Amino acid sequence: MKFEHLKFVRVGVSLLFFVLTAIIFLDFSNLVPPAFAGGVLYLQFVPSMLKFVTLLSIGVAGFLVVLVLTILFGRIYCSTICPLGTFQDIIGFISRRVRKKKIYRVTPPHNLLRYSLLGATAVALLLGNGLLLNLLDPFSNFGRFCTNLFRPVLLGVNNAGAWLTETAGLYWLYRVDVKNIGMEALVFPLLMLTLVGWLAYRRGRLYCNTVCPVGALLSLISRYSLVRIAIDEGDCKGCGLCEKVCKSECIDRKLKTVDFDRCVGCFNCFDVCPRDGMTFLTPWNRGKFTVRPLPSARRPAVKRTDQVQVPADERRRQIIFGPLLALAAWQGVPQREKKQIVSTKASTVPELRTSAVSPPGSRSVEHFTSTCTACHLCVSACPTRVLAPALLQYGVFGILQPTLEYRSGFCNYDCVICGEVCPTGAILPLPLEEKKLVQLGIAKFVKENCIVETEGTDCGACSEHCPTKAVNMVPYKGKLVIPEMKPDYCIGCGACEHACPTKPYKAIYVDGNPVHKPARKPEAKQIDQKVDYKEDFPF
Amino acid sequence: MDRREFIRRSVGGSIVAGSAFALGDYGRLLAATPSPKPNAYDLVAVKGGEPDDMFDSAIEALGGIGAFVKKGQKVLVKPNIGWDVTPERGGNTHPKLVSRLVQHCLNAGAKEVYVFDHTCDNWIKTYKNSGVEKAAKDAGAKVVSGESESYYHEVDLPKGKRLTKAKVHELLLSADVFINAPILKHHSSSRVTIGLKNSMGMVWDRGYWHRNDLHQCIADFGTYRKPDLTVVDAYYVMKQNGPRGVSLSDVLTMKSQIVATDPVAADAAAAKIYGVEPRDIPHIAYAEQMGLGKTALETLNIKRIKL
Repeated sequence: MKFEHLKFVRVGVSLLFFVLTAIIFLDFSNLVPPAFAGGVLYLQFVPSMLKFVTLLSIGVAGFLVVLVLTILFGRIYCSTICPLGTFQDIIGFISRRVRKKKIYRVTPPHNLLRYSLLGATAVALLLGNGLLLNLLDPFSNFGRFCTNLFRPVLLGVNNAGAWLTETAGLYWLYRVDVKNIGMEALVFPLLMLTLVGWLAYRRGRLYCNTVCPVGALLSLISRYSLVRIAIDEGDCKGCGLCEKVCKSECIDRKLKTVDFDRCVGCFNCFDVCPRDGMTFLTPWNRGKFTVRPLPSARRPAVKRTDQVQVPADERRRQIIFGPLLALAAWQGVPQREKKQIVSTKASTVPELRTSAVSPPGSRSVEHFTSTCTACHLCVSACPTRVLAPALLQYGVFGILQPTLEYRSGFCNYDCVICGEVCPTGAILPLPLEEKKLVQLGIAKFVKENCIVETEGTDCGACSEHCPTKAVNMVPYKGKLVIPEMKPDYCIGCGACEHACPTKPYKAIYVDGNPVHKPARKPEAKQIDQKVDYKEDFPF
Repeated sequence: MDRREFIRRSVGGSIVAGSAFALGDYGRLLAATPSPKPNAYDLVAVKGGEPDDMFDSAIEALGGIGAFVKKGQKVLVKPNIGWDVTPERGGNTHPKLVSRLVQHCLNAGAKEVYVFDHTCDNWIKTYKNSGVEKAAKDAGAKVVSGESESYYHEVDLPKGKRLTKAKVHELLLSADVFINAPILKHHSSSRVTIGLKNSMGMVWDRGYWHRNDLHQCIADFGTYRKPDLTVVDAYYVMKQNGPRGVSLSDVLTMKSQIVATDPVAADAAAAKIYGVEPRDIPHIAYAEQMGLGKTALETLNIKRIKL
């Protein structure tokens, strides 16, 4: 049977998912409607699974579709829907053109490593610790590449384009500053990009078959798939072309076997087979083909002379990089502001934060940190750039999960986009009017740091920006006015903190509510003044 | 309308967009001709009309926009677009006023009219929800972002007392004509915000102002470049909870407008409309002391129009 068109279809579908997913993450102008993003990302395995657990709604059960696909046809998720998979294929494509000599060769599986990582990830998750999942999940890793690494590059290109067109008097584009991605947050995505990129360049889909927990889980399931790729001995002439194009390194031309639980369903082998050697084996057509079973322990014959050994240091690297990253990221609080000459006295009282602030709709820090995989889609979508990857604000286990970072922005009063785009349910959608009454934290006023107190001049930047007037200016010495907090009305948006000009410590800052609380509705006091348009001017 | 009235209104620039096309170069020629100033007013105050109609009347009394905008010039119209609120909330300059201002400038032969603000809320949202972006674009203006530091370039303010340097948006540096189009409203920092305060939306680092005597910095920045015209929108006037406002109940519909060449006088008149003594607002008082204009409205030649 001929199936050479399958590869073509797979490439088309995978590029479609890849391009759409990338656009969703790179869209810096909020052009993509959240509903569209939700549709495209519906089938992403880990986010969908977490959202399903949170909402228990069949409407978010994209991962079940993936499971059904896997039990039917094997790991085709890995070669179509997974954006990191396609990313590796693109690197592999380049690699095959650059390094003409090298081709893929069958290698033994790293079952101990991959199933250990899967087990550790699962156990940690069940114990409520998602760090391992967050660090290894392919979708989230791809999201972090886009948001933290590719997006700044795109902005650079955009800004250069804007500058060029502006010199011609055209203002079609606008320049965008990178605000919410601190250098520290780049360390992990960069390490991961290097690892995944290097593995893909040298060894095809080795990441998917050694590190990726989704790959490992689907591997387990694919052992029981109904339709399996196999070599039909009757038609195979042993030319070995299939092995040379197998980026999972799971086809053994000598033994004429396909280690199907490592197969990512790319169909490259069907494409190259000059005869009908590659076939789909089902419970109903077994009799028609002669297919050799895999050797025991699912390993191709060991000690083969032409076999490529996995360097031991490669495996070690994968185990070591985790702790290394934590060390690398341990540089303290983000310092994103540029140095400035301060003419006034420096503020003296440090901010005392007891809790990080989680996004509106996340209900509590606990719900958020246990459900967020740090894919950074909200970081990318947030129009005010207040959402930024955390370092240690949520503790070591919450590394990279987004938090409200008021140095880079503040939460827009009339915006709920983070909840609309969040694919995991860590941030749940909130109707706008409800969101305006959710208190993420409470602003604390530190009079000792306030300009009105230290300089004796008017300021009021905090009250100016406050959307609910929870910070109000009240009479102070002489004609001065000074901020006064009405905490019940505070929603923790951080507009006050963002605007507060004192340095190095803010005179007003938001301390997070570990569990979000309801805020009081702002009072609407009518102006008691009539206007007579016929009346004379007051001058 | 007789012929004389027709010509007078063309000169005054009181032309709707459609008829501007019909008039073509003839209208522009007239508008660009220096008009005799029988009663050279220092300030025009209008009340009782829509923002665009009030501007038509006011600019007509000042001899038409052609007295300020010449053919081929690059004009900057700087409204207040600081907040993500709708026009009725009185947080931003009324889009109808911005639109009409742009039309007048283009009718007078301006090569380009630019509109921007360094906003407080997210600029994409404020530009959109204020209605200003659409109004300005529809009228033919180029609407530009103020959100990247790279648009701002450092200038010296030799006359400044606390503010001696500032990074200023490049449009202010390159424009031939600068029209300040603030909205009058309550302000928790500066008590009221009118024209002088609106200019703060053309610099990058506003935190510096807040740290270093806000009122003095506002006055200091006024020494950098005097607006050729100040048009104060006092149609929807926020009387409390400014400058952002909390709800519609903060707003009083006053249907007023002030147009003047003296930026301090414009602020003084607007302050009076708001209900405060101009000299009680420190930055207005400082600006007068620094010679930027007059608050003594009784010494000015004022045209008062009720529609």
